[in-house]
Amino acid sequence: MTVPALPELTPVPELAPVTAVENYLTDDMSLRSWLFTLDHKRIGILFIITLTLFFFIGGAAAALIRIDLIDPAGLAPPALYNRMFTAHGILMVWFFLLPIIPAGLGNFVLPLMIGAHDVAFPRLNLMSWYILAISGGLAFAAIFIGGLDTGWTFYEPFTADFTNGHVIMALAAVFLSGFSSISTGLNFIVTTHRLRAPGMTWYRLPVFVWTIYATSVIFVLATPVLAATLLMSAVQRFLHVGVFDPALGGDPILFQHLFWFYSHPAVYIMILPGMGVVSELIPCFARKPLFGYEFVVWSSIGLAIIGFLVWGHHMFVAGISVYSALVFSMMSFFVAVPSAIKVFNWTATLHDGWISFDAPMLYALGFVILFTIGGLTGLFVATLGFDEYVHDTYFVIAHFHYIMVGGMVSAFFGGLHYWWPKMTGRLYNEWWARIAALLIFFGFNLTFFPQFILGYLGMPRRLYAYPPEWQFWNVLSSAGAAVLAVAYALPLFYLGWSLFRGERAGPNPWGATGLEWQTPSPPPKHNFETTPIVTRGPYQYTPEPIPQNA
Amino acid sequence: MTRFLPYTASTLSHEVNWLYLGLLIIAFCVLLLVVGMMATFCVRYRRASATVRGGPVKSFRFEIAWTSATFLGFIGLFFWGAFVYLDARTPPRDAVPIYVLGKQWMWKVEHPGGQSEINTLHVPIGRPIRLVLASQDVIHDFFVPAFRVKYDVVPGRYEDLWFEAITVGRYPFFCSQLCGTFHADMRGWVVTMEPADFAKWLAAQGPSESLALQGKALFHQYGCSGCHEPRSTIHAPLLAGLYGRPVALQGGGFIIADEAYIRDQILMNKHIPAGYPPKMPHFAGHISEEDVLKLIAYIKSLASAPGSAR
Amino acid sequence: MAETSSAPEPEIQYASLAHQGETAEIGIWAFLSTEILFFGGMFLVYALYRQAFPIGFAEGSKDTKFIIGTVNLFILLTSSFTMAWAVELAGTEARRALTVLLLVTAALGLIFIGLKGFEYYEDVWIDHDFPGIIFPMSKPDARANELFWLLYWMLTGLHAVHLSIGVGLVLTFAHRAWRGAYIRYGKPIEILGYYWTFVDLMWVVLWTLIYLPGRNI
Repeated sequence: MTVPALPELTPVPELAPVTAVENYLTDDMSLRSWLFTLDHKRIGILFIITLTLFFFIGGAAAALIRIDLIDPAGLAPPALYNRMFTAHGILMVWFFLLPIIPAGLGNFVLPLMIGAHDVAFPRLNLMSWYILAISGGLAFAAIFIGGLDTGWTFYEPFTADFTNGHVIMALAAVFLSGFSSISTGLNFIVTTHRLRAPGMTWYRLPVFVWTIYATSVIFVLATPVLAATLLMSAVQRFLHVGVFDPALGGDPILFQHLFWFYSHPAVYIMILPGMGVVSELIPCFARKPLFGYEFVVWSSIGLAIIGFLVWGHHMFVAGISVYSALVFSMMSFFVAVPSAIKVFNWTATLHDGWISFDAPMLYALGFVILFTIGGLTGLFVATLGFDEYVHDTYFVIAHFHYIMVGGMVSAFFGGLHYWWPKMTGRLYNEWWARIAALLIFFGFNLTFFPQFILGYLGMPRRLYAYPPEWQFWNVLSSAGAAVLAVAYALPLFYLGWSLFRGERAGPNPWGATGLEWQTPSPPPKHNFETTPIVTRGPYQYTPEPIPQNA
Repeated sequence: MTRFLPYTASTLSHEVNWLYLGLLIIAFCVLLLVVGMMATFCVRYRRASATVRGGPVKSFRFEIAWTSATFLGFIGLFFWGAFVYLDARTPPRDAVPIYVLGKQWMWKVEHPGGQSEINTLHVPIGRPIRLVLASQDVIHDFFVPAFRVKYDVVPGRYEDLWFEAITVGRYPFFCSQLCGTFHADMRGWVVTMEPADFAKWLAAQGPSESLALQGKALFHQYGCSGCHEPRSTIHAPLLAGLYGRPVALQGGGFIIADEAYIRDQILMNKHIPAGYPPKMPHFAGHISEEDVLKLIAYIKSLASAPGSAR
Repeated sequence: MAETSSAPEPEIQYASLAHQGETAEIGIWAFLSTEILFFGGMFLVYALYRQAFPIGFAEGSKDTKFIIGTVNLFILLTSSFTMAWAVELAGTEARRALTVLLLVTAALGLIFIGLKGFEYYEDVWIDHDFPGIIFPMSKPDARANELFWLLYWMLTGLHAVHLSIGVGLVLTFAHRAWRGAYIRYGKPIEILGYYWTFVDLMWVVLWTLIYLPGRNI
């Protein structure tokens, strides 16, 4: 088949200038209209702004950690160091990684993608944002005023009886944030079930919607268990009764079971939406249908289900029986199969494509490489005999940062750049965006690859000081963190600049097939002037894009 | 420790090294495959290239192929890792027990002969050693990188780990579970010695009573002997020959009287043996973990000498 | 309000009122699955500790107020009956009957809370069964006993919170029902019914876990 090479992205005829029609941004400009908005697009933007703030606070804490570790004796006092990694963990996990793609990007994009006029329960959606903002503030106060030093895992009995920080306040903050997770998850489940446009069958849903759906199921089923656990933790600290404190008859291992029953599925909350974003980006910029759509879809659902059965691999050396360790190890290998399927499918999608390397695509390709490294090292720690060595060392730190920062944060930036023209109606500076993407990839590897080596040398996590032999790799890692800090700050500038000076984006600057691109940018208040009728599946690039409602 | 590789100083270390090498080779092959394919496609099918593109490819065969290939590979890795782990978690019967007590923020080591040390652990090479791990306060984790062993030290229970050192030297150990402000300072050195040197070292620690003898003194001091000795008029179980035997419990069932069982009985009277009233006071908070270890050593010593406390 | 005679408009994201109703129904089921896992976490802890400390739990349970708990069980079951009846009448012209049934449901809920409050009073001021603050450590197997009472307070406390929210909702809905809000569109009452029945069902489970274990000693 000889198709003439496409010279450039398919230009889409310009519609009337954006200012001529009322869109969701210009509809009512008052602050009040933002704070009481029921529009999923505005709520999505509120989420993104709030969570970005927490991201930079959590990032600042990480910067202090890396500065401390430049010197083997530790530059920061130990108490400060412990607070910093606690702040970093709590803010990044609960107030950035968990909600950012579902509640931020997902809120904006998901209803558009399925051709809905809003989410099913807009008031619940707004409440979710308020709860998250309030609980985030509470967590911030607990950490920075109260001096919390439990780590984000709140292990017992340390949390119950051996620390002076504002533990109950922090537990309350995380407890509260759970309401936000549940509200958002519940909203998306119901929206996906009930509000799809006519003709949008399940197998015509973009993969992003599938992954958000899978994520939402985890939100709804896992979060309440964490809530119950934290509630018991707080009550035990308050009343000094031994639910998890062995000195009073409780069992600290039980806490770990309950905690990881939530927190392992939560790891999949922190990666599935990223996989969804990448599954949108790669077909679009490779001008090829996604390879093995059904397999990608069902591997997402598989991850969500098997993800509930592997929590014990956080406890291989914590005092569970050898037999349960064997079972959990095997399940952990099983959970890696769907991840491998996805990686192979993304790679195969590139074959026979018409690939362009716009910034979102650079992030997507970076995601695939980093996620592959993170996934492969996941095999290392799932292997019992090796995990006994590297458990609780920097090997594990590097492994999950490759998934969560290399994976999820890259995917978030990719998605943000991809949908930015849709959100704002403006194009950013492509050149700067590519620089930032490359810099993030380079800085990330420089930061975290040395940590694999440190882990293999046996450096335990959460140490403010360490033997001098390990300084070389730590300094390298800190240098990488400096690069990463610059790289993460860059988008603030060029994206901010684009808001005012950016070129106007048409409705479909990338020539993509999804429904969200078949409405003006920025979209009108209720998304579509007329409800779209869906006639075909997603990603029909031949390589010309055929919109789902064409 | 060198800059690139950790020390290899126990029998288990070699097994783990091989496992690591195997994992590393597999990971590099897969990574090369994925990145290689991505790079090739990205160059060959870049938008500007005039390469001829084929028609749609049937995906099903590929999906089945790579799903089953990864699945089988993973099963293989699982078994390899499981065997190493089973080995690491199963101490040989003749392993010498050494008691290690973690508390904020130090490690106290008690040798069976009564010698104790702080933040150092002297062991002979060529002999399996079983560490019995106990904690006075929060969860710690005893981690010796050079031996590739690590296990959480959980308060309220005894965990163990074992190793057999093979080279003489000085290797660092760490606490690898967050235990508070000075978690990072909770580290020390394992000193491995030739058995003869080790015997000399033990002797040089000065005259000391064995753990069991110290336990015997405590047995009287805490008043245990008032009920648990044959002369006692109170109906309480006798302890000679107890260790390692099954104990019938009130309400049915048996439990093996291991170290953890004895500890739970002393501190909380957790299980009520059949035929005895639940009268024993709880000693939790009154007897330190260290003294409990000594009492256990004493009760264990009774197992071999049935006449002494009977 | 003006909606006395005409059906309300569906919200913008729904095609029709029926569509809105079905969507809400899926929503409440998803919500209840969350609730079940929330209680489930504590049930698991209860199950494990009861397995570990059978005597302490039985001793603790022996001191619970069996009569009050059982009377409350029947009160809640009855309230579920009136609630179900109300769901039958929602969407019909029986405005007055619907309002009365909802008020009876709320009243039963309030009686439950009153009795529970009296039980709490006896627990604290007469039997001193409040873990951590005034718990008699002379009781047999006191630590395990205390654990039982901690779970007792947490589980019944959470249940009481749920029930109080339920009473508030039922009263609000009764007010609206009186104004005729559910003559054409009865779905909200059905959704409320799901929640109320769930809270009732949780009490059935709690009653078996809390009041029964120690009855034979």
